[in-house]
Amino acid sequence: MNAHYQILHDTHYHYDSPVSLAQQLAHLWPRACDWQRCTEQQLLISPEPTTRRDELDVFGNPLTRLAFERPHDELLVNARLSVEVLARPELDFNLSPAWESTCNALTYTGRPLAAPLLEACRYRFESPYVHLKRSFVEFSESCFPPGRPLMVGVRALMEKIFEEFTFDAEATQVATPLVEVLERRRGVCQDFAHLMLACVRSRGLAARYVSGYLLTQPPPGQPRLIGADASHAWVSVYCPVLGWVDFDPTNNVQPALEHITLAWGRDFSDVSPLRGVILGGGAHDPEVRVTVMPLES
Amino acid sequence: MPDLLDRYPLTTGTYHELLDDSGAVRTHWRRLFDQLQRSTPAQLLQRQSLLARQIQENGVTYNVYADPKGADRPWELDLLPHVIEPQEWKHLSAGIAQRARLLNAVLADLYGPQRLISEGLLPAELVFGHNNFLWPCQGIAPPDGSFLHLYAVDLARAPDGRWWVTADRTQAPSGAGYALENRMIVSRAFPDLYRDLKVRHLSGFFRTLQETLARQAPSDGESPLVVLLTPGRFNESYFEHLYLARQLGYPLVEGGDLTVRDATVYLKTLSGLRRVHAIMRRLDDDFCDPLELRTDSALGVPGLLEAVRQGRVLVANALGSGVLESPGLLGFLPKINQYLFGEELLLPSIATWWCGEPPVLAQALEKLPQLLIKPAFPSQSFSPVFGRDLSEAQRGQLAARMQARPYAYVAQELAQLSQAPVWQAEDGQIQPRAIGMRMYAVSGKDDYRVLPGGLTRVAAEADAEVVSMQRGGASKDTWVLSEQAPGGEQWKAQRTVGVHDLVRRDPYLPSRVVENLFWFGRYCERCDGSARLLRIMLARYVDGDDPQALQSAVALGESLMLLPEEGELPERLLAALLGDDWSFSLRSNLQRLQWAASQVRGKLSRENWQALVELQREAMELETEEADFGELLDFLNRLVMSLAALSGFALDDMTRDEGWRFLMIGRRLERLQFLSSSLAAFLRSDAVFDQAGLEWLLELGNSSITYRSRYLAVAQLIPVLDLLLLDEQNPHAVLFQLKLVARTLKRLNDDFAAPKETALPELVVRLSRFDLRCLENPLFGEASLRAALDGLADLLQEVADVSGQVSDRLALRHFAHVDDVSQRTVSV
Repeated sequence: MNAHYQILHDTHYHYDSPVSLAQQLAHLWPRACDWQRCTEQQLLISPEPTTRRDELDVFGNPLTRLAFERPHDELLVNARLSVEVLARPELDFNLSPAWESTCNALTYTGRPLAAPLLEACRYRFESPYVHLKRSFVEFSESCFPPGRPLMVGVRALMEKIFEEFTFDAEATQVATPLVEVLERRRGVCQDFAHLMLACVRSRGLAARYVSGYLLTQPPPGQPRLIGADASHAWVSVYCPVLGWVDFDPTNNVQPALEHITLAWGRDFSDVSPLRGVILGGGAHDPEVRVTVMPLES
Repeated sequence: MPDLLDRYPLTTGTYHELLDDSGAVRTHWRRLFDQLQRSTPAQLLQRQSLLARQIQENGVTYNVYADPKGADRPWELDLLPHVIEPQEWKHLSAGIAQRARLLNAVLADLYGPQRLISEGLLPAELVFGHNNFLWPCQGIAPPDGSFLHLYAVDLARAPDGRWWVTADRTQAPSGAGYALENRMIVSRAFPDLYRDLKVRHLSGFFRTLQETLARQAPSDGESPLVVLLTPGRFNESYFEHLYLARQLGYPLVEGGDLTVRDATVYLKTLSGLRRVHAIMRRLDDDFCDPLELRTDSALGVPGLLEAVRQGRVLVANALGSGVLESPGLLGFLPKINQYLFGEELLLPSIATWWCGEPPVLAQALEKLPQLLIKPAFPSQSFSPVFGRDLSEAQRGQLAARMQARPYAYVAQELAQLSQAPVWQAEDGQIQPRAIGMRMYAVSGKDDYRVLPGGLTRVAAEADAEVVSMQRGGASKDTWVLSEQAPGGEQWKAQRTVGVHDLVRRDPYLPSRVVENLFWFGRYCERCDGSARLLRIMLARYVDGDDPQALQSAVALGESLMLLPEEGELPERLLAALLGDDWSFSLRSNLQRLQWAASQVRGKLSRENWQALVELQREAMELETEEADFGELLDFLNRLVMSLAALSGFALDDMTRDEGWRFLMIGRRLERLQFLSSSLAAFLRSDAVFDQAGLEWLLELGNSSITYRSRYLAVAQLIPVLDLLLLDEQNPHAVLFQLKLVARTLKRLNDDFAAPKETALPELVVRLSRFDLRCLENPLFGEASLRAALDGLADLLQEVADVSGQVSDRLALRHFAHVDDVSQRTVSV
């Protein structure tokens, strides 16, 4: 069983004063992975960028570099995607090794490191939005009793975050420190993903941040509204036996057919959909509209 | 001189640079020691004061000198050099070059195939866990495979006489400039000895640096422009940045002076953008590009990394090289060197245990009281602690912390430092102090070249075991002795400059510097005007014999906003002079002057800078509490004189480039504005009919002497106005300045193809037409005289207003892009 989607992701900056020079990095094209195919993709940009380069970033995500060297008052970046999501195999979490032995497998011993482990090691440490603190170990203590299979522990952690935290779009901003999120017990998907990363990594395990979209259902009897959705974030944890397994702490689910993967990295800073540096511009607030439309296949 | 060794303790268990185990002076020290022994205390004192004077004159500081609020810390330099004999040097330099090669190869691997990690030679924790491992730099191959252009290593000498590595500096090593400056100063204190001992020269090292950067810079056939990127004047070693920039002949720039267009770096200059081919950075690598690296950095250059990636600019050291600055690496390097080069490391490093391996952690915890515990990464909020300084409970806490994240901690044996003699001028003797050495290597054409010298750092206290400039230690010049006379090292004269290469102007003047020169000019004049008016008021207040003149001067001060309105006169005068909270006070303006000057320090001669520092020092020393008005008056007299000296420097000491033109325009506009608004206010007051008022007006316009020599009479309205208003020979006359400003601006606008200023020439015509005869025989008596004076005042006020507008337009046209702040955007 596969799912097909059309996705619109529109970002609109309207600047108070002209921007004379701008450089933007866009992570708006879905990366290829085993459970997902992108059948159509378009990036509409206005004004026309002075230069545009498409490449893969160091984590393997498609990255578009844009430079605007002529004065402009607004910037529009519209992504149009058609994506097919395939079912992922069922996993038996009891097959994953005890979390401590996973931690040991990732720890330096002086022996050569196999490629998947080396890859996993990229996602074991502090990153700009994920600082490691004792408080994260303490918070997740109950999820990781000694000897528990890694993935069982991670699922318990996801449930704990889902149960103890309130989704609150007003509570946080991109820069809200994680300790504050932990203290106030509220935030958005990005905060929950970062928090879960911090808990997993503070125990010496490897976990990465996944950015993407989620299919949402309109209220019963109402039509789907264009632009009513948002970009989404969840995490993926490395297991030496099962490989990388996704968890969505905001919804307490394992991403399957309703999650569309865009990019992954150490945290939001590696894969933010559109970020840049502008010269001039005055005050500005981006208007972002995301629409995820299921297509009949 | 009594025997210098009488009171020089020979402690056992440490290495003495001066003495061998039997207490005899070591051979390579003998010449220097004998000279000291032969000298009279007076001679040494003289050498010492020569040294101190040069440090002061050169403005050598560790902190920032010019920041009025910052701590001014002059550089501490010991009279006696640290001496290294030729054999020892051979060993050291081979070891340092080997280490530089190794670290460069490690960087190439980490930003390339990462084989060292996959082979188990280097823990992933130490690399990926390090905040200076920059993922976006992965895969970038710099020219010639050079990541490490400049490398520094910290060394300590153990009791067995061997030098041990205590730390590697791979990011943007500091101190080489100080080493050069130390050499210039100390070699002059012992000129004969310096020659006789055949001390090796430092210049070749810096020449190699220049050659390497020039060779590796992607120049596309252009002659390469290399800049030195500084985080700015608040950095603790800003002096060194300035000094190196001058010595190497590189423009000193801040992030805001550079811009990236189409993956190419440009310097913003007054005459447009100029391509930069290489950047020697003194900015930490994660701050260098807010687009791709630390997004909260306000110091960097957005897009720099992409320019590097595209091979359009060379950055030295390579971005990301800071990852090797971790004490955790020390223990892994010997094996890596075996693996990569099949060699033993020539220099041992101090025993270090990275706690990331469980058995190592267990050992470290056991031996905690004997060890120094350090953070593995600079981002950690953890300062190194000596286990022995901790209580039992504290040790327990530390252990828990280490167990929670073992890979973030490193245990190290305490470095044992050798003792070298320092000269103590106060009691005229030498005393042993602990020293550590920082030595440098630069990448050359085929191999690393090691600086034959270095920065020797001296512990602040007799029993201190740590050397650190940040903790108030001193430094020493480092003399490497050689067997034959060092020759052929004439650094500066090396490149032959032919007629073809002649340069008549500085093409690389950043706009920021020009803007600050403009404001430097304005503040010089502003302080001068304000000081003169305050002097007039203060003198009359102190004398107390002419209340009417005092009253009219005070009225002028009020209308020019040079005197606060509230309070009793003495308090108001004091506030106008020294008020810290009153932003128009003379002291505030002096601070702004100093601020602007510090931004353009590279353009000012040493004497000019010295005059400024002196000025600032005096202003800061004045007591605000219990001020003595006589003393203040004396200060104002000296201040006016010093400002005149600055004006002299501007006229006679500076190259007349674009920057100078803006400085002079700044001065002239400010003076024009001050003169015309003062005269306008004066003409509207009753002081015009008061002889004492006219007297001080002459004083304000610095024209008393001219007046007296011309008229041999008391001050009268018509001749005074002629002199201060219309005399085209008097630089303090409005018409003189107005014409000068109009002329200068016309030339500038022509040169920059800017629209003409029409208002100024018009005012020149109107003011030239003013006929003083209308004041002589007023047709309709008193009333028409007042009307004529008011009309003149209006015209002068217009001149003042227009000069303000002209200044704004000028700033907008030439500096606007300097103010534009880049900001970061992010969307979800």
